[in-house]
Amino acid sequence: MLEKNDKLVIAGREFDSRLMVGTGKYADFPQMVAAIEASGAQIITVAVRRVNITDRNKESLLDHIDLKKYTLLPNTAGCYSAEDAIRTCRLAREAGLSDFVKLEVLGDEKTLFPNNEELLKAAAVLIKEGFTVLPYTSDDPIVCRRLEDLGCAAVMPLGAPIGSGLGIRNPYNLRIILDTVKVPVIVDAGVGTASDAAIAMELGCHGVLMNTGIAGAQDPVAMALAMNLAVRAGRLAFRAGRIPMKLHANASSPLSGLIA
Amino acid sequence: MNITINGEAATIDPLSVQEYLEQLGIDPRRVAVELNREILPKGAYPGTALKEGDSIEIVHFVGGG
Repeated sequence: MLEKNDKLVIAGREFDSRLMVGTGKYADFPQMVAAIEASGAQIITVAVRRVNITDRNKESLLDHIDLKKYTLLPNTAGCYSAEDAIRTCRLAREAGLSDFVKLEVLGDEKTLFPNNEELLKAAAVLIKEGFTVLPYTSDDPIVCRRLEDLGCAAVMPLGAPIGSGLGIRNPYNLRIILDTVKVPVIVDAGVGTASDAAIAMELGCHGVLMNTGIAGAQDPVAMALAMNLAVRAGRLAFRAGRIPMKLHANASSPLSGLIA
Repeated sequence: MNITINGEAATIDPLSVQEYLEQLGIDPRRVAVELNREILPKGAYPGTALKEGDSIEIVHFVGGG
């Protein structure tokens, strides 16, 4: 099979799926479970939040997730400082069963763009403490190289602002990032529809992470399947080696043997 | 005695972290606890007594992107 020997490898762990999905913004847990299943994702992100101690009857997310099937990737969403992100990661590791973390340190509420200065600070501390850090960052090749130098297991440049659905706004920067780092490059944020995910993979990216693109769709389960196929199609197309883009035509049918 | 739990003031009788979680109906396996800004390992829940003025954070995983 064409896809068999093409696993995604992150920090020495192998995954068949190159699509990672979030668990937020779904209408209810059954919809979330169905969408994740349709997506084929093996890595799913979760957030770390205070337990509501006055409302103990609330269902828990982990009641609905088969931990044998999925790798949890706790995020540090909502953190605006390295200190908060580091605290959150330590708590996440204690609550969960793995060292994988999606490190986000935000710089601005409107755009949710990363504060790369604080991100680098947090990454340095967390890597020393043995975490496997997957950092959400901007599509800046210099920052990506610095994250790789620190020891991050991947880099996750945004395609567009979180939840914006604008797709891959700067494919040229992503190509430069692919040339700059050796760790996996996973587009995280901004994907709005299937073609966005396919474009990211056709550029040569190693994976795509999304939440709103699926959960916010009118039919999340259908969109999850669309994204599943798009990521696979884009990856196959990338590996198949596309034809070059030419200004003029190049006929597909023979020129000889035409009736006169 | 007075403690702060998840940012809110509370008055409780002296008890261990494990007992406090049980009192709140929280499954210790599903949460992480930070006591006075330090992660408290799960193994330490039964043997750690809450003291006057302690600040405890109890977190768990929820849906997120």
